Amino acid sequence: MKQIKVLGSGCRSCELTAKLLEDEARALGVDVAVDKVTDMGEIMSYGVLETPGVVVDGHVVHAGGVPRHQAVRDWLLGP
Amino acid sequence: MFHAFAWFADRTTYGVLGLDASTRTADAVHFFVDDVTKIFFLLVTVIFVMGLFRSALSPERVRSFLEGRSRWAAYVMAVTLGAVTPFCSCSSVPLFIGFVEAGIPVGATMAFLIASPMINEVAVTLLLTLLGWKLTLLYVATGLAVGVAGGALVDALGLERWVEEYVWKIRVGAAPGGARRLSPRQRAAFAWGEVSDIVGRIWMYVLLGVGLGAVLHGYVPEDFFARWAGSSNPFAVPLAVVAGVPMYANATGIIPVAEALLGKGVPVGTVLALMMSVVALSLPEMIILRKVLKVRMLGFFAAYLAVAFVTVGYLFNVFWV
Repeated sequence: MKQIKVLGSGCRSCELTAKLLEDEARALGVDVAVDKVTDMGEIMSYGVLETPGVVVDGHVVHAGGVPRHQAVRDWLLGP
Repeated sequence: MFHAFAWFADRTTYGVLGLDASTRTADAVHFFVDDVTKIFFLLVTVIFVMGLFRSALSPERVRSFLEGRSRWAAYVMAVTLGAVTPFCSCSSVPLFIGFVEAGIPVGATMAFLIASPMINEVAVTLLLTLLGWKLTLLYVATGLAVGVAGGALVDALGLERWVEEYVWKIRVGAAPGGARRLSPRQRAAFAWGEVSDIVGRIWMYVLLGVGLGAVLHGYVPEDFFARWAGSSNPFAVPLAVVAGVPMYANATGIIPVAEALLGKGVPVGTVLALMMSVVALSLPEMIILRKVLKVRMLGFFAAYLAVAFVTVGYLFNVFWV
């Protein structure tokens, strides 16, 4: 199961990003756990300066703005 | 170049809608159609072009530009970079922590946060097309100056003490990835993404702003603002700044309103003060920044911006004739 973290202080874009990931995973039938991280210390420990950020299995794959559909699909279907 | 839009507005207003050119409604509709078509055409073009450049400029790079500079160089670079990099206000907090953690003075970070919402390519294009290059230069120059002076003041007064303590304890991880290497195709895709992102976010503001501008332009009597907000009323400038606080719009929404106000004889300084106050002094931004700044710092931030905008307003009302 993929462990996905959405980094963000609870802004609208962060909510949209988390929802996009969950919807897309359901549509593709991929088993994921999407976790919203709002603690600043933890967010910063990943080194992102723009939120929302996305972390897949411990790797930062995205920072700043709602990610595009294609990118989300690539993360979900990737190794 | 913009004749095409006026021509289109003529055809729509007098031709398709058959409005009589001497009526207020025709005046308002013409203003609306002319501005909306012009603005959206320019927005798409300019955001796309800037998106191509921006595909190479991330906040991590901004940070590394600012790291280890002398104070004054840092202020000037901070406002300049703030002007060319837009960021969603929800990123203010991580940006703030990331910058401060890298040893960039709190003042330079504040300068960046002041300049970024005020000056951006969208605001500049709109200013150029609707208000002309002189006012554009004025707006940009005063915006940068307010940012630099604000940053310098924060450091001179030692206001780092008004940053929440936990900020200093946060350890920032290594920035992910390296420099983005993109093919021309990927750059174009990124730029188109920017267009749909930004236009998708601001189109409502544009329509509301132009709509309000059109109503002001068409229906408000010529002497209304001249009487209430003219140069004879010494309180017009502070009132404009106060009026701007609850109006939270981005630069895109307020510029068509400014165009209509100028057309009605409101002095330049008063209009500039209103524009800057609407764009830079906003409650939602303050609430977000509360996470890293103490209430006293936010109070200082708001008071400084208010005083700066009032000063800018008076200066231009006196010296710009």
